[in-house]
Amino acid sequence: MKFLDEYRSEPLAKKIVEEIRRTVTRPWVLMEVCGGQTHSIVKYGIDRLLPEGLELVHGPGCPVCVTSLEMIDKAHAIARKKDVIFCSFGDMLRVPGSDGDLLILKSRGADIRIVYSPIDCLKIARANPDKKVVFFAIGFETTAPANAMPVWQARRQGIKNFSILVSHVLVPPSIASILQSPQNRVQGFLGPGHVCTVMGYHEYEPLAARFRVPIVITGFEPLDLLQGTLMTVRQLEEGRAEVENQYPRVVKREGNRIARDLVNKVFEVCDRKWRGVGMIPKSGYKLRWEFREHDAERLFEVKDIDTQEPAICISGLVLRGVKKPHDCPAFGKQCTPDHPLGATMVSAEGACAAYYAYGRHLQLPPKQEAVSI
Amino acid sequence: MCLAIPGKVLEVETNGEGVRMGRANFGGIVKQVCLEYTPDVTKGDYVLVHVGFALSKVDEEEAARTYRLLEELKQLGELDAPDLQPPFANQSPP
Repeated sequence: MKFLDEYRSEPLAKKIVEEIRRTVTRPWVLMEVCGGQTHSIVKYGIDRLLPEGLELVHGPGCPVCVTSLEMIDKAHAIARKKDVIFCSFGDMLRVPGSDGDLLILKSRGADIRIVYSPIDCLKIARANPDKKVVFFAIGFETTAPANAMPVWQARRQGIKNFSILVSHVLVPPSIASILQSPQNRVQGFLGPGHVCTVMGYHEYEPLAARFRVPIVITGFEPLDLLQGTLMTVRQLEEGRAEVENQYPRVVKREGNRIARDLVNKVFEVCDRKWRGVGMIPKSGYKLRWEFREHDAERLFEVKDIDTQEPAICISGLVLRGVKKPHDCPAFGKQCTPDHPLGATMVSAEGACAAYYAYGRHLQLPPKQEAVSI
Repeated sequence: MCLAIPGKVLEVETNGEGVRMGRANFGGIVKQVCLEYTPDVTKGDYVLVHVGFALSKVDEEEAARTYRLLEELKQLGELDAPDLQPPFANQSPP
């Protein structure tokens, strides 16, 4: 497939790995921000191609994982209502709340539908004027334009029975939160390529300068990830801390202005609680007051629900790159994708779920394995 | 979740509700795509699509340039035999 297959070439990957080996003279810890990058890294075993001492830790960039338990319980409370058609991306259906998941609710008779695109909800709303159609709008900045558009169109087209339950999260505040933590080990970042396709990367420049960390905006294919790693370690070895763009075939410095403008018309920044991490100031989006008629949280007045995570789960430390899935005593035992205990196991893109999917719970921890290419 | 894949635009149209839409081919699978955020895109262009929305046009020149850089790395790599031993295996972290 064009613009994908070229970036999966094994001979080229080997050459980049060799170049990384030649470049690196001391240990470094890098974090890939996005869950999609984590998934590719584990799938292709990219972390195991790197020289010993060059460590990749996995970031918080899986929106399904970090959606708070309280928000999932709110979604379930709305989905249970008789006059509601509850629409969601497929990823959210198996995420357990305090009492089961959306699939279980569906089996009990709730009208829950998986949509490929948020804009499909408008068709459902037009076809069901006697129902309230609610979309579970989760995601990072990448998904914000897609979630903003149906709200904008609903107002423009006068569709009154459509609303969204917003649980949007933002990348830059989470990076700042990781770097401010006393436990932080991360020295450089592979930045989120698709978030920056929308937002651009100018907002990462103050972070790189303030915390003296290189941030290389990176794509999702194996060659992208290896080249992003090479560019980051070159900066570290040369003592530079800049924002660079490995992914210029889709990312421009200014991002997509038209998409950003509509996002800013529909959403405003708010504080947001992240599952496994806690509250991060100014790290989310909520609907602006002008769009309150389409705000499910206002329309349904679901009260805050007090929830608790299992004490054994270390997902908060995994999300900040302090620990790896292997470090958790429950990983692959009490905690599996069928019975997830915490954030990083609930979605395929979570670090724990990716490690499990590619059999790493069956293998020795990486330190005891030979690293060769 | 932030998965976005490149597809080739097959047609562009404005639908009954006044929204700019199109169809794109993803390695043989054809899906509807909203093109409101990419007004310059025309038939034959490649777009990066996330949950049914084109987020940007794929810049073919930049794609070729990145690939050339990687291939040049390959040629350089062939001149210089790799050191398979990690260069810092005996060093402790700083």
